[in-house]
Amino acid sequence: MTLRIAVLSLQGDFAEHESALRQCGTEVMEIRQRADLQKSFDALVIPGGESTVIGKLLRELELFSLLQEQIRAGLPVFATCAGLILLANRIENDSATYFRTLDVTVRRNAYGRQLGSFYTEDNFAGLGRVPMSFIRAPSIERVGTGVTVLSEFNGKTTAVLQGNQLALAYHPELLADHRILTWFLERIVSRGITGPLSNTTPGDTLKARHPRNRPQYRKESTEK
Amino acid sequence: MNQKQAELNRNLAQMLKGGVIMDVTTPEQAKIAEDAGACAVMALERIPADIRAAGGVSRMSDPEMIKGIQAAVSIPVMAKCRIGHFAEAQILQAIEIDYIDESEVLSPADDLYHIDKTAFKVPFVCGARDLGEALRRIQEGAAMIRTKGEPGTGDVIQAVRHMRRMNAEIRRIAGLREDELFEASKELGVDYDLLHYVHENGKLPVVNFAAGGIATPADASLMMQLGAEGVFVGSGIFKSGDPAKRANAIVKAVTNYQDAVMIAKLSSGLGEAMVGINAEEIKLIMEERGK
Repeated sequence: MTLRIAVLSLQGDFAEHESALRQCGTEVMEIRQRADLQKSFDALVIPGGESTVIGKLLRELELFSLLQEQIRAGLPVFATCAGLILLANRIENDSATYFRTLDVTVRRNAYGRQLGSFYTEDNFAGLGRVPMSFIRAPSIERVGTGVTVLSEFNGKTTAVLQGNQLALAYHPELLADHRILTWFLERIVSRGITGPLSNTTPGDTLKARHPRNRPQYRKESTEK
Repeated sequence: MNQKQAELNRNLAQMLKGGVIMDVTTPEQAKIAEDAGACAVMALERIPADIRAAGGVSRMSDPEMIKGIQAAVSIPVMAKCRIGHFAEAQILQAIEIDYIDESEVLSPADDLYHIDKTAFKVPFVCGARDLGEALRRIQEGAAMIRTKGEPGTGDVIQAVRHMRRMNAEIRRIAGLREDELFEASKELGVDYDLLHYVHENGKLPVVNFAAGGIATPADASLMMQLGAEGVFVGSGIFKSGDPAKRANAIVKAVTNYQDAVMIAKLSSGLGEAMVGINAEEIKLIMEERGK
């Protein structure tokens, strides 16, 4: 059965998530308004973008409580950057909070303005080194007891897993390496594993694919 | 600027997609824009309609004023420098602006050369009227493109013209044979590799927003349906009767640009729109600046 994944498409890089999901073989649907929630879906993706904008539109378009309920009830969620902020219990440098389903404290724009944005490759639990793009990224300052840390950079937590929720401070959807998304789809969405990592590390369920950096102009086309 | 930085700069524009970038002139306006749902603000001393009215030479804003706006909001802050004025751009980079708009709205400082944007770490957005201009700006290092439109008029006709022209040219390039791309590259005055990217992917290699003359939720919907990935609203918001309400309505219209029922509601009771002037009636044609 093909998985159908809903992408919250209010603002941000939802198109990039949609393209990554299609490449992983899932069906994709967009959530832009309340009527979209009548369809059924297997998981929710919350993209990068501006958390203030997405958070505001979630409430004003009356999507907020319905989605919050579903996340609490165990709907698998894959969140990047702004998505992480929207799930967090607490935002250190902002009085606002949104879903509050993920037991972490985050800091918005933790690396400063755009000049502080950076690219790196670092370890992701069980997957080995993965490419990571941090764009005006948040950091995860504190995690609760039920939260597993999946990656760190310079002593800062950058990805976490709590039950049905996988949240990252960076953007795998911008790069051609879809191992983290594949892991999410196989483990949490297909197999429904929401427990701690110990028994099945990501490496068990995934053959690591050769990571390719996002190609440039002519390269992109010749590699097609 | 290295390859990765260029990539990161294009990535920031990807995060702005589906959003509205608003012109603001004070920290108070910036806060109103952020609260209304702007995904970024453009800090400038006078909005384009007032630049047009005042005449004279229009320059980069006072850094102090830009810093005030940076301190007031948590969303990205952009600012404009004059076309070709790389010293102004250096100053904006020094105050850690998130995006520089090398803009035809200000008086051009150079009638021949644009800024070599590859020499900067901070990303640039540039205006374009057609595919040739867009690809030349990208070659120079722009990480994001917007239509020029005709700023400060509240008349959307030029933005429509530029978006349609650009997308028609992209479709044409996508339909060419490989061996016809060399001639097309010469004809458009653009780099072959960039043109080849357009040929293969059917789109620009960077994000493309609509700008110039957008004043209503319907204008925003029109531009999104014509293929814009987001919109800039300049004079349209703070020249209108109820800026907060209008700003918020335009934000929602961009998210649900295909839902006419919702946009009908959003368009109701917005108060006075900016008066506007027809693009035909004006003497100063800003879109002619920088080709």
